[in-house]
Amino acid sequence: MNAPSALASPVGTGAARSAPGEVLMDVRNVSLSFGGVRAITDISFDVKVGEIRAIIGPNGAGKTSMLNVINGFYTPQQGTIWFHGKERKGMRPHHAVRQGIARTFQNVALFKGMSTLDNIMTGRSVHMQRNLFWQMLWHGPALAEEIEHREKVEEIIDFLEIQHIRRTPVGKLPYGLQKRVELGRALAMEPSLLLLDEPMAGMNLEEKEDMSRFIIDVNRQRGTTIALIEHDMGVVMDLSDRVVVLDYGEKIADGTPEAVKSDSRVIDAYLGVAH
Amino acid sequence: MTAAALAGEPDTFPKYLLHNAERLGDRPAMRHKDFGIWQSWTWREQLGEILHLALGLQALGLARGDKIAVIGANRPRLYWTFAAAQSLGAVPVPVYADAVADEMAYVLDHAGVRFAVVQDQEQVDKIESCAERIPALKTLIYDEPRGLADYDMEGLHAFADVQAAGRALVAAEPELAELWRSGILAASGDEICVMLYTSGTTGRSKGVMLKAKSAVGAARDTAAFDNLSDRDSVLAYLPLAWVGDHYLNYAQGYVSGFCMNCPESAETVAQDLREIGPTFYFAPPRIFEGLLTTVTIRMEDASWLKRKLYAHFIDVAKRYGEPILEGRPVPLSGRLSYALGAMLIYGPLKNVLGFSNIRVAYTAGEAIGSDLFSFFRSLGINLKQLYGQTEAFLYVTAQKDGAVRSDAVGPAAPNVDIRISESGEVQFRSPGMFAGYFNQDETTAETMTGDGYVKTGDAGFFDTDGQLKIIDRAKDVGKLVTGELVAPKYIENTLKFFPDIKEAVAFGDGRDFCAAFINIDLQAVGNWAERNNIAYASYQELAGNPQVAEIIAGHVDATNLRLSREPMMAGAQIRRFLVLHKELDADDGELTRTLKVRRAFVAERYASLIEALYDGSTEKYVETEMTYEDGRKGVVRATVRIMDARTYPAAEAPRREAA
Repeated sequence: MNAPSALASPVGTGAARSAPGEVLMDVRNVSLSFGGVRAITDISFDVKVGEIRAIIGPNGAGKTSMLNVINGFYTPQQGTIWFHGKERKGMRPHHAVRQGIARTFQNVALFKGMSTLDNIMTGRSVHMQRNLFWQMLWHGPALAEEIEHREKVEEIIDFLEIQHIRRTPVGKLPYGLQKRVELGRALAMEPSLLLLDEPMAGMNLEEKEDMSRFIIDVNRQRGTTIALIEHDMGVVMDLSDRVVVLDYGEKIADGTPEAVKSDSRVIDAYLGVAH
Repeated sequence: MTAAALAGEPDTFPKYLLHNAERLGDRPAMRHKDFGIWQSWTWREQLGEILHLALGLQALGLARGDKIAVIGANRPRLYWTFAAAQSLGAVPVPVYADAVADEMAYVLDHAGVRFAVVQDQEQVDKIESCAERIPALKTLIYDEPRGLADYDMEGLHAFADVQAAGRALVAAEPELAELWRSGILAASGDEICVMLYTSGTTGRSKGVMLKAKSAVGAARDTAAFDNLSDRDSVLAYLPLAWVGDHYLNYAQGYVSGFCMNCPESAETVAQDLREIGPTFYFAPPRIFEGLLTTVTIRMEDASWLKRKLYAHFIDVAKRYGEPILEGRPVPLSGRLSYALGAMLIYGPLKNVLGFSNIRVAYTAGEAIGSDLFSFFRSLGINLKQLYGQTEAFLYVTAQKDGAVRSDAVGPAAPNVDIRISESGEVQFRSPGMFAGYFNQDETTAETMTGDGYVKTGDAGFFDTDGQLKIIDRAKDVGKLVTGELVAPKYIENTLKFFPDIKEAVAFGDGRDFCAAFINIDLQAVGNWAERNNIAYASYQELAGNPQVAEIIAGHVDATNLRLSREPMMAGAQIRRFLVLHKELDADDGELTRTLKVRRAFVAERYASLIEALYDGSTEKYVETEMTYEDGRKGVVRATVRIMDARTYPAAEAPRREAA
């Protein structure tokens, strides 16, 4: 099902296009500490174009820190991150967006008072060209631009099957749908790399199944490369092409779901061993 | 194509298509909301779409007499498939889209379909999973390509590709279009034009074959009865495979030339209804019930002033609404109050519900509560009842404007002949009458009487004003040991008039007394629980709540009081009942796909509970298997409480409690 070779190239706009199977992002020997706390120690792994890459690990393993490093929210003390074959320096989150990296959050971070449509529309702001003057004038080029972006947003609404909540303020929606709207906003950026921070957290079984299907569809239909953090092992093993396992800030395994599942260090990390 | 070529009235739907394209060329025929915008096709454009599709299907080998399954939601392309297939002399067989693979395989195989046009990946997967059971099916065409890009199945085609192939053919050889038209004109109205499978309330579904001429004739009669024209519009949201949808939207649409609107998705129907504001509307009582429940709940949460206004004007509507609708004399003060109410409450309410433009609305399928029925009529909505069957191509009876009652279904529809057999069964002969069940001659013979009437299987009688009254399924009407008549459906319907009760199943035939299973309505009871700070995690927990049991006991009591006032039914009051721990579900086979209770199946499945109802025990532990949406099975365990209800002395006597 998940053969990455069969995939179309990513849709990223600002970023250079790469062929499937090439390395999209390379994390080399990254370490991150907060004062005396070492969150991440000397971690290296890569993300290939068109794959679904999972980062898993027990609580406090450093998963979200790793995602924040990729996203440019944290700057690692050591190590480098290569994106599209170039080293990234002095990274800030908005640079990440311009380069084609979008993310969702563990705790939904939407504009609660705004409708689904408007929330997803904000994802397009990175692609809007008209300045404040034109936006205020509304009629003319800004309106034409808005319509063009609205079309993209409607495609996403159709894709995620959320037509019925188009006009509903997201604060009124159940959690599972909010997660879907957040995914929609990230997709609106047309990223070449999509980071998902625990996309299934707090969901019931049915919502998880729906979300899994959407993640696979995003990957296969839109050709978006995905890196995801997830707690639910079953979901991770079914979804991902390759898995990195972290424990206490260190990488303890890296490979296909089957290989990782049978790795003794992974089993120990999850089930615990007598020390 | 000239008008002369269509001598006389068209007697097939494709002939109507040509006729409408000429007569109403630029009038809208079809709309579909897609990407948030209503896309529309005129009759002329629709003719083009169908022509290209038909030629594409022909190129894939669809020929006269072939069966072609149509599976999916209400989408223009699926409706076009009906006409395209009919134009080639093939027979469309719509199938319920939410049927599980096993049910679907049965119907597809029984009908011997060679082609299937389906909506999406879900349906393709379902068919693929049981492909070996449907050997005749060789060609599968899908509408939505999502998720199907790298399917490597033989005979799998995208709808757009099939249509494009047809378009290319016409471009290369324009005479093909003429050939197609002359094929349509040459076709006879005596051929089978569609095969509709019954919902299977009483066992496996049967394929009802309908002749073009009779289908067109029936639709023409009822369209004239309600003055339908090309100025009308409908929202096509009913299951595609159901006779009601095929008749009300497709058949009447082609005959009268009105515009059919397809919703964006099943979840957006309420919003789409509001945007379209149809003039002709059909909904089963269940939907009206749901609407009233939603309105009531929302009014309970509204501000003080709004609640007062609503209560006052609904009261005014109750008094004057129906007389005004029917043109009966009403005092001037009443008219003025009603007009004010229309401005402040009824108008906005109808607008929110999407009922602002309704000229004619029908309900059928189940009995409708008189309060519920009057509520909508009092708002000025011309809601009427009809009684119909797949075998009749819908209409058997229909109420005339101005002669509408909630407890009867009206006199015979135009050109329909009805009689009541000696055993009390309703039998009819009608223009839309079916040509027989497909491959089931024996069953067909059993359903027909010697002199050409169709047995409906329903028990009923004509009231003094000539309206038909249906009591129950003829075979479900039973007797208590004491000889009192038991019409389970009648009891269930009386129970279901309470918004808290979603479904009920009554028992009593051959027993000492009547007893009932009750399903609570999660929306109504859930709202009550929320307002009273009662926490619950599941349907089962809420259903088992002792306070809920008290509420339901109150409703059963009120039901008994009502039953006691009807001399025929007084003996069938409910002595014992229980609140079921699980919602009855079509996926578990407890309901049909049209959401009617399958009584025999339920009785068998919950045999131990029925036993407990009659052996005097106060609670019973049960384990019930249930099917999840994804098809996996699970088990629900519960201890169900069984309660006694008060009964009342029969009619006449002043209302006093019995011991």
